[in-house]
Amino acid sequence: MSDEPQIRILLAKLGLDGHDRGLKVVARILRDAGMEVIYLGLRQTTDSIVAAAEQEDADAIGLSMHNAGHMTLAPAMVKAVNDAELDCPVIVGGIVPDQDVQPLLDAGVAVVLGPGASAEEVAQSVRDAVAAVNS
Amino acid sequence: MAAKRSIRELYVAARSGERRALGRLLTAVERGGPAADEISELAHPDSGTAHIVGITGSPGAGKSTLVGQLVSDLVAAGKKPAVLAVDPSSPLTGGAILGDRIRIEDGESEAFIRSMATRGHSGGLALAVPLAVRVFDAAGYDPVIIETVGVGQVEVDVVGAADTAVVVMTPGMGDAVQANKAGLLEVADVFVVNKADRPGANDVRRDLDLMLDLSHMTGQESETGYRPPIVMASALHGDGSADVWGAVEAHLAHLDDTGLRDGRRKHRMRTEVKARLEQAMSAAADQAMDSTVGAEWLDRAERADIAPTRATNELLALLLNTDLSNIDMQRNQELS
Amino acid sequence: MSGVPVEPIYGPGPYPGEYPYTRGVYPSMYRSRLWTMRMFAGFGTAEDTNARFKDILRNGGTGLSTAFDMPTLMGRDSDSPWALGEVGRAGVAIDTLADMEDLFADIDLSGVSTSMTINGPAAIILAMYVAVAEKNGISPDQLAGTIQNDIFKEYQAQKEYIYPPRPSVRILTDMIEYTSEQMPRFHPVSISGYHIREAGSTAAQELAFTLANGFAYVEAATAAGVDVDEFAGRLSFFFNSHNDFFEEIGKFRAARRIWARWMKERYGATSERSMLCRFHTQTAGVSLTAQQPEINIARVAIQALAGALGGTQSLHTDSFDEALALPTEKAARIALRTQQIVAHETGVANVADPLGGSDYVEWMTDEMERQAEAIFAHLDELGHGSILEGVYEGIENGYFVGEIADSAYRFEREVNNGNRIIVGVNAFTDGDDGQKDLLRIEAEVEEYQRKRLDDVKLARNDDDVARTLAAVTAAAQDATANVMPAILDAVKAYATLEEVVMAMETEFGTYVEKAII
Repeated sequence: MSDEPQIRILLAKLGLDGHDRGLKVVARILRDAGMEVIYLGLRQTTDSIVAAAEQEDADAIGLSMHNAGHMTLAPAMVKAVNDAELDCPVIVGGIVPDQDVQPLLDAGVAVVLGPGASAEEVAQSVRDAVAAVNS
Repeated sequence: MAAKRSIRELYVAARSGERRALGRLLTAVERGGPAADEISELAHPDSGTAHIVGITGSPGAGKSTLVGQLVSDLVAAGKKPAVLAVDPSSPLTGGAILGDRIRIEDGESEAFIRSMATRGHSGGLALAVPLAVRVFDAAGYDPVIIETVGVGQVEVDVVGAADTAVVVMTPGMGDAVQANKAGLLEVADVFVVNKADRPGANDVRRDLDLMLDLSHMTGQESETGYRPPIVMASALHGDGSADVWGAVEAHLAHLDDTGLRDGRRKHRMRTEVKARLEQAMSAAADQAMDSTVGAEWLDRAERADIAPTRATNELLALLLNTDLSNIDMQRNQELS
Repeated sequence: MSGVPVEPIYGPGPYPGEYPYTRGVYPSMYRSRLWTMRMFAGFGTAEDTNARFKDILRNGGTGLSTAFDMPTLMGRDSDSPWALGEVGRAGVAIDTLADMEDLFADIDLSGVSTSMTINGPAAIILAMYVAVAEKNGISPDQLAGTIQNDIFKEYQAQKEYIYPPRPSVRILTDMIEYTSEQMPRFHPVSISGYHIREAGSTAAQELAFTLANGFAYVEAATAAGVDVDEFAGRLSFFFNSHNDFFEEIGKFRAARRIWARWMKERYGATSERSMLCRFHTQTAGVSLTAQQPEINIARVAIQALAGALGGTQSLHTDSFDEALALPTEKAARIALRTQQIVAHETGVANVADPLGGSDYVEWMTDEMERQAEAIFAHLDELGHGSILEGVYEGIENGYFVGEIADSAYRFEREVNNGNRIIVGVNAFTDGDDGQKDLLRIEAEVEEYQRKRLDDVKLARNDDDVARTLAAVTAAAQDATANVMPAILDAVKAYATLEEVVMAMETEFGTYVEKAII
């Protein structure tokens, strides 16, 4: 256990997409990396995620997207976070084709994790995204 | 990015209803240290009225579902409930998955739900939980529900410190026996047999009744005439949450009628101050051991010059004559 | 190749077609009839999919397979806020009977077999199908096909549920009753392990959970008064074919043996059809890698071979580019060609169960059965002697999702620490030249579909809609009623999918999953 303040990350599935295998694996990976994971699970809305992020004082929001809805839903999440004035980076994983990565980053998504990212890469990208906001 | 606000600014904002500020304060509470002490000083005069309800039971007993029901009922009744859900951290990594967050369907709901990890040390929890409760209270939340998982010592301590302690059980898990071993039966004010539509629910009820009969001579019943009720519920099907809350409020009325609520408050204050004292003493002991004088006494004990009891007594005498918040062993070196 | 004549079967009995059917459900298997090459497809509007259906029929196909989009699968209309970004993306969008009419326009429904992959709102979609047929003068008893309608695996793995388990099973038994009486050629449930495996289970868990769900449906239907031999013969299964070749073959063989035994011994089935575990197989989508996507063709070929050696009745082969998007036409064609190679070039179809009698394969079959039986015993205990109650309990207490999440995590760790090699991911990673030619679905579908829904709502008689929806609620409230006739009336009045869903939701409530990680 380090002296660094523990990272609290909120994980959620936004919208109707029910593929939660990857998100559950990531929850365990981040726990094993020493983080506190608030797992919201399925069928969340941008409102419900923002409300939870406020109450839990989350350092980051992680979304997993498998239904090709990421170009609509991820920017909507970023906007909701900004509207609520939360200093909370939005991290997107799941199925995102290469060509969509830059547009998502341009829309304010902090990190896009591709398929095949190792456990270390996942944990480090969360730490980096949180550090970037707090610096 | 919003500018960093002081603890006092956050406190004022939280009192005026800003949930983001309350969220921040609770993080400071969890981290402890001077910021948490400042919050304690601020919140103390503004708190003391909320009804504190502890709810525990073994994993899978359906607590979260029940608490979710209670929270919806309370919000519908115009109340402003807060929930502090305590989950265990991994002892290996310090990480935790707080996966049982109650879902509040309406984003504008009056309820406030906060998850807290045990972070591997029950001492930290013993300080953080009462302070978090005080902050909720000061921010206008009432009741404040503390939910813990499991039937270990931590749960007994946390739940036992509430005004009303609720223990949730289910058929077929040997819960009654477990709870008895853990000492939960002594602190429980309301029992809930959840999943009461399952086979074996009546067996649990009978076991509980029997154990309450046995503890008749020593338990609270003999002193005050209060016998903890056993409420049958089926939270998953939305049945029984009204009965559970009815029993919780009846218990509060009993505390008020008998003047016992003050006793609970005193007990809580005593427990909290003692926990703080223990933590301070423990920190002082660590410091003493790491100091030059500590090393010398340890060295002498190792060389069989003196017994470890003597070394301990010498260091204790030293500590008790010192300002605990600022021990400087170097200055007292000549004492050895 | 050398032309040496081969016998239809080698090795020990009981032979294929003989109880307990370990070696196959039919005596001569593929020698008399190859497996059906059923490729699942569909996206966009009902008109787009209708064009594709007609294309299939023109080319001699007799089976139509329908994929629905996510809002439809969840019982939401295209104008719901939940549907944002999802309309027409993963399948066709159906809001009202008007869309169903477009979907099957100018197709003779008495002459085709239609497979519909939908679960939560299956009753409403089935009612729409019946209504379209009736409008064209075709009675329900002429309709052939399958509706997936396997609600238990939704709570366990795929997560496309609407109501809590018990009301959902009430609807399902109503559908079994209705189809038993009105639609004898229609398969009311396809019990699916595929999604359980995709969610991360092991082969043995896939086998056990799927068959347990099957037992549970049998118990539910017989408890509702339907004779086991009335419907069990119309149940079919759907399995995954993953990378571990012999384990998969053992799983398929064990599935047949277990189903036959349980149906005969525990549920007292007497008709042979009730004991036959006939199944569809799809190669493992989750095994496809985004890295070096072309090498997925080799994976799919080997998985398809396992399906054939395991005695599947039909097969879908995944396209190599599916790790990232819906398949392009070229990738889908290569996938079909892959199973055609297995069927026509390798010779595996010449002999039934060619691996039967191999010590290893027989051991693996026994081992799969042993592991599955241990899980059945656990569920039986959870349910105090009822598999149905055990499955309910396992859903409510998180047993299934917990077991699946544990297996998924174990797998991921093995990949992460290198104990499990995935070619192109954690070994042999040279040569990944990026992604190209992905199929993109345009957002215009969403607008078009919303407009269409508005038009239908304007044209319909609102009084009829209100009256028929009230009747749906009333039927839901009456445990002795069958919901199907009321739903049929409502969809005929052009009530929307979501309106009918809500009419029952007032009585049945919604299901919110307890998060188990």
